[in-house]
Amino acid sequence: MTALLADLHQMWRIRLLEEKIRDLRASNDIVGSVHLSIGQEAGPVGACSVLGPDDALFATYRGHNWAVARGVPLEGILAELLGRATGVNGGRGGSAYFSDFAHGFHGENSIVGAAAPLAVGAALAGKYDGTGRVALTVFGDGAMNQGAVHEAMNFAAAFDLPVIFVCENNGWSELTPIDEMVRNPILAERARAYGMLGERIDGNDPAVVRDRVADAIEAAREGGGPALLELMTQRLVGHYIGDAEQYRRPGELEAAAEVEPIAVAKRRLAESGIPQAAIDQAESDARDEVEAAARNALDAPLADPSTAKEHLYA
Amino acid sequence: MRKLSFAEAVNAALKRCLEEIPETLLYGEDVGVPGGVHGVSKGLHKAFGDRVFDTPISESAILGSAVGAAMFGRRPIVEIMWSDFFLVALDQVVNQAANVRYVSNGQVKAPLTIRTQQGNSPGACAQHSQNLEAFFLHTPGIRVCMPSTPQDAYDLVLSAVHCDDPTIVIENRTLYFGAKEEVETDGDVQPIGGLRKRRDGDAVTVVSWGAITRRVEEATRDVDAEVLETVWLNPFPWDEVIASVRRTGRLAVVHEANRTGGFGAEVVARVVEQGVRLYAPPVRVAVPDTRLPAAPVLAGALIPDVPTIAAAISDLAKRG
Repeated sequence: MTALLADLHQMWRIRLLEEKIRDLRASNDIVGSVHLSIGQEAGPVGACSVLGPDDALFATYRGHNWAVARGVPLEGILAELLGRATGVNGGRGGSAYFSDFAHGFHGENSIVGAAAPLAVGAALAGKYDGTGRVALTVFGDGAMNQGAVHEAMNFAAAFDLPVIFVCENNGWSELTPIDEMVRNPILAERARAYGMLGERIDGNDPAVVRDRVADAIEAAREGGGPALLELMTQRLVGHYIGDAEQYRRPGELEAAAEVEPIAVAKRRLAESGIPQAAIDQAESDARDEVEAAARNALDAPLADPSTAKEHLYA
Repeated sequence: MRKLSFAEAVNAALKRCLEEIPETLLYGEDVGVPGGVHGVSKGLHKAFGDRVFDTPISESAILGSAVGAAMFGRRPIVEIMWSDFFLVALDQVVNQAANVRYVSNGQVKAPLTIRTQQGNSPGACAQHSQNLEAFFLHTPGIRVCMPSTPQDAYDLVLSAVHCDDPTIVIENRTLYFGAKEEVETDGDVQPIGGLRKRRDGDAVTVVSWGAITRRVEEATRDVDAEVLETVWLNPFPWDEVIASVRRTGRLAVVHEANRTGGFGAEVVARVVEQGVRLYAPPVRVAVPDTRLPAAPVLAGALIPDVPTIAAAISDLAKRG
């Protein structure tokens, strides 16, 4: 249960960072489109715990959760969204397209499904550079209908490349239900067509995700090729901040609140006899950290306009 | 010096890159064992093993994996068999490759080279005939060059592969099996940029690039024209072009791409913006804004031939 307690702390770091971002967007300190990952904390916490330092991680515009789980400092993320010089990309990436190579986070991507081929390339590089790198690329259920994802899966499979395709299935392709956009709603079954392992798993349990991703990574490193893991989860918020969510089905969010990762982890920890104070501390520690990160980020200087043309070319 | 055709010159440059730069990879559709549909990469799979390989017919995966591999220290050289095929995967060039360095604030680079070939040839259909350089020149972050001689094919491929930016080398299949020419293959790698003065003259500056430059050279045989082949389109040699027009006072731009939004418009605009005194309005010689038909007799009615180019330039040279 200590693992779950640590996971809970990490999930709170994500959740509370996202809530802070929501507040800063409401106050217009942060501007532009922001896509929150609230409800989708377990997948990244489980998966990133078994990625090595040489491994690659490519995420999507709903990627703050993956960045945090990979170890990107909260202050660097907040400063990035706030357009500060101290942001992980000095304000060039913003909420939807930031990266932090120093911390093994190879980028969000604002084009649905477009990072899957990049991950294939990272794995391809590993075939020649001796690192044995595994590349994990995460995308939503909607991205499963993108051509680039199909191409990436086949390319990786054809060459036995160690790519872990993680589909976070939150049921919504932006504002449209995924089950109305496919004939077979079990997306993991597509893996078989590419000749790779495919599995639909509980995406709300960090331990399950950790185990399954670890197995897939091990198999891939041994030459078993890529895998597709479909993490069943839920988005407790809109597609973007400001989304009126009129598409929600009756009772959907109430049901989701019962199975979302933090609620489940708290319940399990309490049932297993972990003292309430320890459970509460996972949240309060994370809150302190987020508050401090936000203060520092807000105190940092804005990006310098005179640098706006830099770094376009070598 | 070696006598090489254009295709052989590209092959020789690729071979040198694979020999001298261990991080290079060469791949694309039919590029490995078959040696490329135009035979440009012939023999390289045999010589370099799994660093040269064939891929699925998946342009997004080819381009995207090259971007990803480049971000992780490789120097991939990939082929898009016809530039028209870029269009199914432009995202990986414009939204991915071009952004790597800038958006990461210089943390990461993407030193990939994309070789392609374009243009019309007899019987080629509308989806195998387009000249798309303007798309890439409208994309900050991407370097673009367009050789038309065996020597430039060799040199530019070499420079492109050594360049730390994503670079597109646009070749032309009508040039691949032309006459063999002496090619210096032992020279130093040149930095990107620069132009080639193909003819000296005082009455008019003619700027051109790609295979049509050969027609321009022929068309200006009896004209007092300075012919500048801008083999690098990004970076573009603005200073040299503007200085030439300042001297001649007349400007013509000739390209095989269609007129509207073609890069010729940018060349004219920049010269005019600089306040260069002109004796006559600038001239663009280009394909009209239409689709391209397969029948040679129809395509020939659209693509500027030597007499058309000659008439436009000699007329300009006399005006003002």
